[in-house]
Amino acid sequence: MRRILPHPLLSLGLAVTWLLLNAPVTPATALSAVLVGLVVPSVMRTLEPEAVHVRAPGTILKLAVLVLYDVLRSNRDVAKVILGLRRGDRRAGFVSIPLDLRSRYGLAVLSIIVTATPGTLWIQYDSHTGHLLLHVLDLVDGDEWVRRIKDRYERPLMEVFS
Amino acid sequence: MSPGDLPDWAAWLVSALALAGAGISLVGAVGLIRLKTFYERVHAPTLGATLGMAMILAASIVYFSAADGRPVLRDLLIGLFLTVTTPITLILLGRAAAYRDRSDGNANAPPDP
Repeated sequence: MRRILPHPLLSLGLAVTWLLLNAPVTPATALSAVLVGLVVPSVMRTLEPEAVHVRAPGTILKLAVLVLYDVLRSNRDVAKVILGLRRGDRRAGFVSIPLDLRSRYGLAVLSIIVTATPGTLWIQYDSHTGHLLLHVLDLVDGDEWVRRIKDRYERPLMEVFS
Repeated sequence: MSPGDLPDWAAWLVSALALAGAGISLVGAVGLIRLKTFYERVHAPTLGATLGMAMILAASIVYFSAADGRPVLRDLLIGLFLTVTTPITLILLGRAAAYRDRSDGNANAPPDP
């Protein structure tokens, strides 16, 4: 199994991409999708990436729904700020968040989540201290942001990439 | 099937989605002018890169699915690759700004992480 499919997730992703690009599915496109999935990941051998171990599919699903909801909500919030519809004082600022997540893939996914939610911007991650510096457009309470990132995103990601 | 043969419901849905997506991207563009500091301004275009992009892609998916009479989902790949690559640009911009502000000794430079 390991020898034929050293990167099963990559193979699956490539095959699905191939099928989406060549829809509708016919026997010929299905066969070429399987071939692409089998052959192309071999180029990864020279890169020798760390193996990806993904678990807890239920957590992935829950996290995806949560992120989708947060993206919609923060789109609305940032639009309000831009259009001047937000009442009261707004203060933008930096928050430093001590992360326990060390998996490179987990951090990559976290950076996608942070970037995909308007209103939070990933400035810098220090791999020695594990501290992440965020810029927040509407910073009411810094500690609340620390809790929010850690509870909502970091904990499920540590479960998935443990 | 030509665009004129699109059923009414699909034409309305496609127009509504495309206009809403374009409107959200426009709000993001306005934010580039209205927000004051560099770090604030970087937040604005992410509206177009997330919800705006999703709605315009949804319009495209509905249009081609209705026109071809089968689900055409290849536009999902655009959304996937845009979402996965946006952080690279934004982190690069953020790091460059932070580096410049710190080396200039600006008072509002970001603190160390």
